[in-house]
Amino acid sequence: MSAAAVHSLWTTAAEPISKIDAPKIEYGQLSPTLIVVGAALIGVLIEAFVPRRSRYYAQVFLSAVALCAAFAAVVALAADGFGTTKAHIAAMGAIAVDGPALFLQGTILLAGLVGLFTFAERRLDPAAHGNRVDSFAAQAASVPGSDSEQAAVKAGFTTTEVFPLLLFAIGGMLIFPAANDLLTLFVALEVLSLPLYLLCALARRKRLMSQEAAVKYFLLGAFASAFTLFGIALLYGYAGSVSYARIAEVVDGTVTNVDPALANTMGNDALLLIGGAMLAMGLLFKVGAVPFHMWTPDVYQGAPTPVTGFMAAATKVAAFGALLRLLYVVLPGLRWDWRPVMWAVAIITMLGGAIVAITQTDIKRLLAYSSIAHAGFILAGVIATSKDGVSSVLFYLAGYSFVTIGAFAVVTLVRDAGGEATHLSKWAGLGRRSPLVAAVFAVFLLAFAGIPLTSGFAGKFAVFKAAADGGAVPLVVIGVISSAIAAFFYIRVIVLMFFSEPKPDGPTVAVPSPMTMLAIGMGVAVTLVLGVAPQYFLDLASQAGVFVR
Amino acid sequence: MENLIAPLIAAPLLGAAVLLVGGRRLDRVGHWIGTLLSTASFVFGLILFADLLGKGAEHRTLTQHLWTWIPVGGFQADVTFRLDQLSMTFVLLITGVGSLIHLYSVGYMEHDERRRRFFGYLNLFLAAMLLLVLADNYLLLYVGWEGVGLASYLLIGFWQHKPSAATAAKKAFLVNRVGDMGLSIAIMLMFTTFGSFAFGPVLSHTGDASEGKLTAIGLMLLLAACGKSAQVPLQSWLGDAMEGPTPVSALIHAATMVTAGVYLIVRSGAVFNAAPDAQLAVTVVGAVTLLFGAIVGCAKDDIKKALAGSTMSQIGYMVLAAGLGPIGYVFAIMHLVTHGFFKAGLFLGAGSVMHGMNDEVDMRRYGGLRKYMPVTFITFGLGYLAIIGFPGLSGFFSKDKIIEAAFAKGGTEGWILGGAALLGAAITAFYMTRVMLMTFFGEERWRNQPTRSPGAPSAEPAAETHGEHAEPHPHESPKVMTIPMIVLAVGSVFGGAFFSIGDRFLHWLEPVTGHSEGDSPLSAAAVTGATMVCLVIGVAIAWAQYGRKPVPAVAPRGSLLTRAARRDLLQDDFNHVVLVRGGEHLTRSLVYVDHTLVDGVVNGTAAGFGGLSGRLRRLQNGFARSYAVSMFGGAALLVAATLLMRAV
Repeated sequence: MSAAAVHSLWTTAAEPISKIDAPKIEYGQLSPTLIVVGAALIGVLIEAFVPRRSRYYAQVFLSAVALCAAFAAVVALAADGFGTTKAHIAAMGAIAVDGPALFLQGTILLAGLVGLFTFAERRLDPAAHGNRVDSFAAQAASVPGSDSEQAAVKAGFTTTEVFPLLLFAIGGMLIFPAANDLLTLFVALEVLSLPLYLLCALARRKRLMSQEAAVKYFLLGAFASAFTLFGIALLYGYAGSVSYARIAEVVDGTVTNVDPALANTMGNDALLLIGGAMLAMGLLFKVGAVPFHMWTPDVYQGAPTPVTGFMAAATKVAAFGALLRLLYVVLPGLRWDWRPVMWAVAIITMLGGAIVAITQTDIKRLLAYSSIAHAGFILAGVIATSKDGVSSVLFYLAGYSFVTIGAFAVVTLVRDAGGEATHLSKWAGLGRRSPLVAAVFAVFLLAFAGIPLTSGFAGKFAVFKAAADGGAVPLVVIGVISSAIAAFFYIRVIVLMFFSEPKPDGPTVAVPSPMTMLAIGMGVAVTLVLGVAPQYFLDLASQAGVFVR
Repeated sequence: MENLIAPLIAAPLLGAAVLLVGGRRLDRVGHWIGTLLSTASFVFGLILFADLLGKGAEHRTLTQHLWTWIPVGGFQADVTFRLDQLSMTFVLLITGVGSLIHLYSVGYMEHDERRRRFFGYLNLFLAAMLLLVLADNYLLLYVGWEGVGLASYLLIGFWQHKPSAATAAKKAFLVNRVGDMGLSIAIMLMFTTFGSFAFGPVLSHTGDASEGKLTAIGLMLLLAACGKSAQVPLQSWLGDAMEGPTPVSALIHAATMVTAGVYLIVRSGAVFNAAPDAQLAVTVVGAVTLLFGAIVGCAKDDIKKALAGSTMSQIGYMVLAAGLGPIGYVFAIMHLVTHGFFKAGLFLGAGSVMHGMNDEVDMRRYGGLRKYMPVTFITFGLGYLAIIGFPGLSGFFSKDKIIEAAFAKGGTEGWILGGAALLGAAITAFYMTRVMLMTFFGEERWRNQPTRSPGAPSAEPAAETHGEHAEPHPHESPKVMTIPMIVLAVGSVFGGAFFSIGDRFLHWLEPVTGHSEGDSPLSAAAVTGATMVCLVIGVAIAWAQYGRKPVPAVAPRGSLLTRAARRDLLQDDFNHVVLVRGGEHLTRSLVYVDHTLVDGVVNGTAAGFGGLSGRLRRLQNGFARSYAVSMFGGAALLVAATLLMRAV
């Protein structure tokens, strides 16, 4: 649907023009997003006006302050009751301020903060010509291996634009799970995706691989966006509105005043079903569910590892938030249609991710397939269609995002002459050389595998319990089988690290700055706290488990 | 006054902690600390005893609740102690005999470098044994039960540098595990049946439970008792346990720990009273063991192993009595106490002989020692007279009562059990006379002996100070060793009479165990007469065989029965063939199943998933166009499936 068509529809619907009210925007309730996007804009200005040598510090400081302030705003809103009693829809019906939105926004902001720390790490790569460098290309625009790249490296350039890009992506992610109409949803999707495409292309080492990953991600992402947009158009054709609430009403059949301009298509179930399926497909692409997962291993492997960690954690949180809202707010009346389909997707996602991961030899690809399997586990909770299902997914996402960022942060530490040593064979005997790093990684792997006393177990238990209570017992059985398969390759890495002889030319473990240590430390702390004493956070997620309509 | 119960246990526990944690700086005083704390416990026991005597018979139960140990819903385990006449009797026996043996060990272990540790273990044993008899519920009793098992293991294997000692300790531990399993199952059954395992609720509600359940509980308790008290079929460890230092044999493997099974049965009397089948099993086990142990005792040339066989046999008497129900409980405990005196005395005497004989244990290399060790001879002799039931001494009173009670059981059973007990009395007289004659009478066979062959029973380490090849110079032991022997001999002589005259012991214990006179087909005088006849026959045969003619220094081949008895009536062969071989076959077949079937399924599954993974992996070919096709196909399927769902 072209922009002009949309415009004309809006203008016809809003006759006469003089009656348009000034839009009422609740700035306070939108403040988390506004702070982050505002900081991103300031970051662009910093790139333009601040001297090169100070940019890094200014950007890191600005981003950290913005993320902390936005998180404080989320906490303040939640404390004010917007998560429970005062939940409502703000900004003229565009943004929902409710429990799931605030919980996921808080999770995204914390994950973004931890991701920021790994972005800002400058001690791992050896200093280039006396300048400390991070994981990102000296000059993204220069052709890999060209003279201009050499010159940029020599001059000690760094791509400090990554920080505003990170903030823009986070801004999009904050809106994504809160979007309450289809257009806002789509805008948020693009706002979060475009910076990620760019970030993927910015690796300092293995630049060609990084650029290939970015192109693939972009092409496939655009392809998925097209489906999404087409689905949105079909849903509009069905309901005569892009508002979630309105579509839900039409689905439920509680709408009486039919717009004459849309009388021919309104209530046509084919539009609803096809549109809903296409929209769901766009979101399933973002969470990396089979069969829309093919981009995941290639992109995860090629992108700079800090970007991979952030993307794997935060994108998944945001996309599952949006998927939950779509299925629980827009299409609950349709659940007998979408549940069996989602069952199938969840099953092939769990099994597919776990099975293909068995034969992986690259740690980043292994974690990519692991993330696919986890998407399947989370889908099992989504399908529960109950309040417990929502809260279990929220809890799972919170635990999973920290494990993921922490695990990828550990991957950045294990290096040899060619940069990160991601081939599994090089990890042999790591536990003998660097027991602490290997032990931390083992904790993350155990959490991925869902071993008790880690957040992974508590999350998986909550999700499977909700799914079983929702009548999806076969799904749970398959989930447990997939977990068993997945445990094999997680444990295999642990065995490799601790019970194999170290190779003579094996990688070394770089000593990071306190920032990466903090990122990993937060990962371990959250993993263990959510694993040992999950009740408080389960209660929190449970309180936040109701969507506003 | 009940607040004194905890210190009773705490004193030796403190001793064990101090001695075991304290390290080498306590090496020089450790043994006295251990003896002092053991004696302190005895003094606490005496004070409590005086207190109990001052009360009326029905008020003689003190309880001390310390804390709630495991509170989980309906599962309530308390640390509560119960001191009544039964546990008081045990407390005095344990701490009294225990203190004497501590004192004796000061001399006996003088040359051992690890004496401090030895006393630490002894104190640990006392604490655990006191916990066992003072516990007010079966779970706490189980803690003590395991504690004495641990102490027994540590002390049997005390000279762990000897492979035989290490093996013996392991054997004792393993065999005891079988019994312990019985006790734990009994406790579980009690919990499911009565909802509790405290003595009060269990023992006063036996009427509410079905006889089948009570029989099961009783049989499991009997299994536990068999393990701890070395009763057939779990008797095989006791002979080997003699590898431990002799004071250990006296205290743990004669006077106290091995009688824990009898305590358990008597304490659980209410269960057995209501389960006649279990009771019958108890009497059968007792009767079989009393003959089994006695026969083994006849054939052993190792003085300690002969005494070990005797211990087994005497505990068989006690178990038999305990199985008779209210007719026998009091006499089981009475024999237990008198046996504690005379058997501890006999073991200490044996230790004294070994101490003077370069730690030689083979009685065929003894002989004529009465001249060289007069005190040991007299105390051992008094113990000997007591155990064979010489009129007027302890054993006479207590054993005679058990034989009477066995007949009083009535019917065919009474005749069989009584007959077995009488036969046992004759054999007891035979083997004890044999020990006495071979050790203290006859020619001095230790003179001009060839040096010990390497295969012979190895010496205890104290032998190093005497020199391996020297001819022994038998001498009397120091006072610190002889005084405990004298005290125990006094107990052996007068204990039985003191308890029996005026039925003192009966009246003391009756409120706890209950008592009933049986319906005996024979008069008491007839039983006593028969016992005397058996006694004389046993002594006479032994005299004919070992007194009149010289004892050969090398054991003759002997009859089939003798050879079997020397091998402990083939108990180890039986265990080896049935349990070890059977176990090996079982494990081998299980390993086979595991390797072929289980591993086959597991590895097959793994290989299947691996192959699947390798195949699916090829879909990930790196081309964006293929990925887009897969997405397109997925989307088409998604749409089609959604539409299909509506259509269906």
